[in-house]
Amino acid sequence: MMARAWVFGDDIDTDQIIAGRYLVKLDPRELAKHVMEAADPKFASEVRRGDVIIAGHNFGCGSSRERAPLALKAAGISAVVAESFARIFYRNAVNLGLPVLTCSGASMGFKTGNKVRVGMREGKVHNLSTGKTFKFEPLPDFLLEIVRAGGLLQHMKKRRATSK
Amino acid sequence: MGMTIAEKILSRASSRKQVSPGEIVEAKIDVAMTHDIEGPMVVRGFRELGAKKVWDPSKIVIVFDHQVPANSIDAAMNHIMLREFAAEQKIPNFYDIFEGICHVVVPEKGFALPGRLIVGTDSHTVTYGAFGCLATGIGSTDMVAVFVTGKLWFRVPESAKMVIEGKLPKRVAPKDLILKIIGDVGADGETYRSVEFVGAGMRRISMEGRMTMCNMGVEMGGKAAIVPPDNLTERYLRGRARGGHKPMHADADAKYVEEHTYEVNKLEPQVACPPRVDDVRPVSEVEGVEIDQAFLGTCTNARLEDLIEAAGVLKNRRVSNGVRMLVVPASREVYIEALRRGILSIFAEAGALIESPGCAACLGGHVGVLGPGEVCISSSNRNFRGRMGSPEAKIYLASPATVAASALKGKITDPRDV
Repeated sequence: MMARAWVFGDDIDTDQIIAGRYLVKLDPRELAKHVMEAADPKFASEVRRGDVIIAGHNFGCGSSRERAPLALKAAGISAVVAESFARIFYRNAVNLGLPVLTCSGASMGFKTGNKVRVGMREGKVHNLSTGKTFKFEPLPDFLLEIVRAGGLLQHMKKRRATSK
Repeated sequence: MGMTIAEKILSRASSRKQVSPGEIVEAKIDVAMTHDIEGPMVVRGFRELGAKKVWDPSKIVIVFDHQVPANSIDAAMNHIMLREFAAEQKIPNFYDIFEGICHVVVPEKGFALPGRLIVGTDSHTVTYGAFGCLATGIGSTDMVAVFVTGKLWFRVPESAKMVIEGKLPKRVAPKDLILKIIGDVGADGETYRSVEFVGAGMRRISMEGRMTMCNMGVEMGGKAAIVPPDNLTERYLRGRARGGHKPMHADADAKYVEEHTYEVNKLEPQVACPPRVDDVRPVSEVEGVEIDQAFLGTCTNARLEDLIEAAGVLKNRRVSNGVRMLVVPASREVYIEALRRGILSIFAEAGALIESPGCAACLGGHVGVLGPGEVCISSSNRNFRGRMGSPEAKIYLASPATVAASALKGKITDPRDV
């Protein structure tokens, strides 16, 4: 199934991604039921595996709660493309193996529901509905390694295994 | 080349002579703090990794503050998990539900010291920068790495400088100043940067006020907010400091990407309007907005000085009919001192509810949750949609005096007029 874009504006904060009252839950599937609730109440029930978030500036501002990227990942989001990210969210997403791609112009070039493809290797986001393409800044190598391993814990496990 | 305070701390912690913005360094952590919301996620990751022992139990601080006392079975289970972990790992600095909000407890117990590198699984860890340390928020997986190795990678941040001049007028607080600054630079105006608050005006601001300002450094995207240590810092730390410390100051030729100067003699009380922390206006522009709840609490503004300021407004008066005023002292130390000085009885006689120390209404998961259409004026740091409960509720952020004055009148009120 083709991945679809979900478009959001600037300053999507972590309370909108997953509200504080759900933070007693540790199970990612429980969190996924309430993801993006305050930003778009339909999101959690309609999002499909592989879908991509396209957002404006300062995505993920606010709390250090790692359950924000965790809930997005559990809901099936395969990448977040934004004009810019808040720093803790950015680290947390990488640590969970969720690609976070800083991409100038993409937020203006997509509408929710557009077909999207993210080419990690070529460093481009394609809007397959309009034919437009947007270049993103490549992740630094050491962060790409963490994302490829599936997150920091997997990366540490790998490193521990090879050092033994 | 000269270095800023953040650069000096990161160069020390990574054993390098010199670091520059943009460089990635691996640095040794001096203090690692977690709490009852993120702590269970850290423990889970620690187990998943198959780790057996934390790198140094004495450098870990655990504080229960978000859901204290437990208000659900899930919260109670999280507490049990973290208590067992603290016992198993022999973590000496474990503060159960009694002590208060982590960002107030960590300085009170003397862990926030000049020159230190501190991480916490909470974005408001930046508060400790009031003591001249580099303190920043991280997620739970990063904290697993810290618990296991004692180290973490950092991108050396660019630094920005805020020069504060003058003296705040009566009933205008450090909170008003930081709101004004955030309104000017925007919610992502200082993203990734270390912001240094300096100048003669800053040196006049108390340690409590400095904590309020650094606390909100993250609301403009800051990685850290730092006040150069001085006599006030040393006075606060006397009898509290755990371990030695070496104050660090920026070199005269240190590089700042941006510099702003604030002259505060004529600053007015400020209010951040929902749902943006950077939609900041002078109180005169929002006066008259009717409120349902007034919340005096949180790591931003519930220290003794804040309670005294609010009590000064409410003494021998009553909270407006129909307004629920909630007072939550930030820590046990604050609670006891406020009790001893008769501050709590002023609130109780005014008709306010007094809750035990903790994060309380701030993140909508414990007490004082807002319903659809309700309006709250709060001394906290975030007014995001849904932050304190219903996404249809509205949160205005203000100083303790403005919160108290508004509770008195039942609508947003200039504290200089009551």
